[in-house]
Amino acid sequence: MFKLTETDYGTPAQTSDAQVTLNIDGNDVTVPSGTSLMRAAADAGIMVPKLCATDSLEPFGSCRLCLVEIEGRKGYPSSCTTPAESGMRVLTQTPKLQQIRKGVMELYISDHPLDCLTCAANGDCELQDMAGVTGLREVRYGFDGANHLQDAKDESNPYFTFDPSKCIVCNRCVRACEETQGTFALTISGRGFESRVSAGQEQSFMESECVSCGACVQACPTATLQDKTVIMLGQPEHSVVTTCAYCGVGCAFKAEMKGNEVVRMTPWKDGKANEGHSCVKGRFAWGYATHKDRITTPMIRAKITDPWREVSWDEAINHAASEFRRIQASHGRDSIGGITSSRCTNEETYLVQKLVRAAFGTNNVDTCARVCHSPTGYGLKTTLGESAGTQTFKSVEHADVIVVMGANPTDGHPVFASRMKKRLREGARLIVIDPRKIDIVDSPHVKANFHLQLRPGTNVALVNALAHVIVTEGLANEKFVAERCEEKAFNDWKAFVCRPENSPEAMSAVTGVPADILRGAARLYATGGNAAIYYGLGVTEHSQGSTAVMGIANLAMLTGNIGREGVGVNPLRGQNNVQGSCDMGSFPHELPGYRHVSDGVTRSQFEQAWGVSISPEPGLRIPNMFDAALAGSFKGLYCEGEDIVQSDPNTQHVAEALMAMECIVVQDLFLNETAKYAHVFLPGSSFLEKDGTFTNAERRISPVRKVMPPKAGKADWEVTAALSNALGYPMNYKHPSEIMDEIAMLTPTFNGVSYAKLNKLGSIQWPCNDESPEGTPTMHVDEFVRGKGKFVITKYVPSDEKVTRKFPLLLTTGRILSQYNVGAQTRRTDNVMWHTEDRLEVHPHDAEDRGINDGDWVGIQSRAGETVLRATLTERVQPGVVYTTFHFPESGANVITTDNSDWATNCPEYKVTAVQVMPVAQPSEWQREYQRFNQVQEDLLNRREPVVAAQAEK
Amino acid sequence: MNQQHLVRMANNIGDFFEAMPDRQEALDGIAGHIKRYWEPRMRKEMLAYINAGGEGLSDIVREAIGGGRIA
Repeated sequence: MFKLTETDYGTPAQTSDAQVTLNIDGNDVTVPSGTSLMRAAADAGIMVPKLCATDSLEPFGSCRLCLVEIEGRKGYPSSCTTPAESGMRVLTQTPKLQQIRKGVMELYISDHPLDCLTCAANGDCELQDMAGVTGLREVRYGFDGANHLQDAKDESNPYFTFDPSKCIVCNRCVRACEETQGTFALTISGRGFESRVSAGQEQSFMESECVSCGACVQACPTATLQDKTVIMLGQPEHSVVTTCAYCGVGCAFKAEMKGNEVVRMTPWKDGKANEGHSCVKGRFAWGYATHKDRITTPMIRAKITDPWREVSWDEAINHAASEFRRIQASHGRDSIGGITSSRCTNEETYLVQKLVRAAFGTNNVDTCARVCHSPTGYGLKTTLGESAGTQTFKSVEHADVIVVMGANPTDGHPVFASRMKKRLREGARLIVIDPRKIDIVDSPHVKANFHLQLRPGTNVALVNALAHVIVTEGLANEKFVAERCEEKAFNDWKAFVCRPENSPEAMSAVTGVPADILRGAARLYATGGNAAIYYGLGVTEHSQGSTAVMGIANLAMLTGNIGREGVGVNPLRGQNNVQGSCDMGSFPHELPGYRHVSDGVTRSQFEQAWGVSISPEPGLRIPNMFDAALAGSFKGLYCEGEDIVQSDPNTQHVAEALMAMECIVVQDLFLNETAKYAHVFLPGSSFLEKDGTFTNAERRISPVRKVMPPKAGKADWEVTAALSNALGYPMNYKHPSEIMDEIAMLTPTFNGVSYAKLNKLGSIQWPCNDESPEGTPTMHVDEFVRGKGKFVITKYVPSDEKVTRKFPLLLTTGRILSQYNVGAQTRRTDNVMWHTEDRLEVHPHDAEDRGINDGDWVGIQSRAGETVLRATLTERVQPGVVYTTFHFPESGANVITTDNSDWATNCPEYKVTAVQVMPVAQPSEWQREYQRFNQVQEDLLNRREPVVAAQAEK
Repeated sequence: MNQQHLVRMANNIGDFFEAMPDRQEALDGIAGHIKRYWEPRMRKEMLAYINAGGEGLSDIVREAIGGGRIA
């Protein structure tokens, strides 16, 4: 389907408007000014021999293979470092060049093992190719002299091997680590013959700063850095381009296959979200898809204390449907609902909301964006008119000032972080707004100009203070505001924000940020050129999450930093399809395309297309479902791909709600925490087993392509369709492309989207319609989607979660690079070698006050509950603040978090919980009960009653 | 439904809209938000709670959602 080996043009493409024409080997070639001779030749179909050059890296000019002759010039310049000039006449193949290249190759091979036939790179080795191209037939020097053939391998990384005996010191790995990834973990140690690639300070890869992004492996032209899966399985024989199933960057990958088996995932260089880069999750952590814990046979049980019983698909589906109908008959139509995950495809979330609305007959459908970015949808829709980020990722290349607020891109969105760091190394300036000293504040060759280390829960106060400075110091872009924004709303807002209580001096008591630092940051944002704001869950997951999003939009409008490249409001979405799941109408108040259910015109379009009537009233949001369950009016749930028990706040409240329900149907890869409370388990399919699309944080719709059959026999969309059919509402799609066609027909922003167009363009940023047939990279260019931009007054309201003598610390939560969300995927990979448990970060001062040492077990108690974790003492957190992640269920991070939520959307306030932390000697009561319950559920799974017929049916 | 949760949610909505300089805009904003985003059984319960005294609700919320404006 796609080429296994893509054309390598040797040096990066240039974008100059000026063109130069030269002659290479008798062919006239016209290229953008600045293009290397090597790339110009490649454009003409002439491949100049090379080893140290590759088109993802700047030219280096060290291997001496790419020499050429230029008419009228002396010597043999390297084609990778020589720019094309008009009128040049270049020869790439002459007897003299052949002689030089052969001599160079002979030297390389004199210190390289001659084990090509048994080498893992056999068939994919540039050194081997170049030996062939240069016509090397003998190596005169023998192996008697000094060489590196006995150098020991470094097998420390679980995913790739470093074999220094095969290294030709081309520097590609070192440069990839610097230029592509921006980690600077690799170097060349020693000089001359002693020159060797070294991770860190001559450490193993695992001991070093290496983040295992795979850029070095991707860049290596030999078998020196090699995927262990390739060593084990051999070279792939075909590849399929698909989209990563992890974060909201939505990287395009080539799934390189042998039959139905994945050999490796390599980042696709034509992928617009990642441009050939990857992180440790997408590149390597896909083994969960074939993990032994996968459940591939449907199961049912009457009570959660019963053993599971394996059944056929038909029995499971019919049982679920009859239970839902029974509950509705007893408790009313609105007593059931559905939840989808941002890990589902667009087509899957669309189908589930359709099933809930058309087959269940209710609007009780929600998606896990409820607990992450629902405030983004509300805030950006209210101010700008569309519930989405405004830019492409590539736009960051034009930013002069980058604001990172409540996001930790090097951990949460690592591939975008690499693109951002590249721009910062080029000179863009950085403002970080975060309670923690996240990596990007101070990392190799990147230092924040301002780190506003605010107290958790004070985002709105800080944003208002920034606006106050910009307005009162006359730094606003008044022309932009006058032309593009509502006048009255602006004047009201201006009067509000100019009040003395919003000054940095007044607000510093609230935020903890010194006024002079805040003023400096405000001036830089307003006057530093193109300024772009990137924000994450540290903005949204607050009681004022929506207010903070609107405050950010206010800042962008105030300074005119919206509507062109290099600027904008950019929500960094947590999961791969957060944007898409919201787009697809999986909120209880909205139909696809963010149109309210009370909108009669829109509703009638869906009613006509679906042949049902749709309620004009909003349905229950996820936390409302839990409350309704405990109140006895919500009894049945269809939950696809989401683990609400682990990921939602106040775990005990969620568990009680689920236990109060009569039928919970979970569709997932694994028996996740929610499935332990379920009555029907429908096996899910991994992203490798189905077709569909994900929409990333830049509104980019990218194809997910099936590379192997579903392990349970059905793709997720087929399961939902089967359930709908069993409920009596027909769904007869033959392929997800038909679902997308329906989405396009009913959703104005998707009107022009089709699988055929996605195949042609690779990916599409919505809106895609008659006005923008190939999509919309930048939004709000000439006017806002809502017409005039609307400034919204954003009064700071302190959180109800206040520190007290009993709970004197503030807990905030986040993520780590190697793990993903609830960890269901990454915990089932070797990524656990980097992060084996959730830890509590404590400032040394707070630790000393409590007698806590690094590694001690500590109890964390809040108003909601208590759990126990091991402490890590670090100054990354400020005194008074503690921090943890929620990747492991036994950690119980969400046992502590509370029911508090965003006023507008009910997005939980994960980021602010008042706690006390003290040394303890044993797990918390909740953890002991969790261990007991988990053991019971594991036993009930292990004792499941197999059904031969069910197996046969698959 | 959990009345405490409903009261807290309503008051949080009230806190946001109370900052509007136009009182009527604020009242309309509160009622409109609840009508637009709260499922009917939540609104019904809130109305019953107000009719029973509405303890704990802020003044602006009481004013905004009284008189059947969120029914």
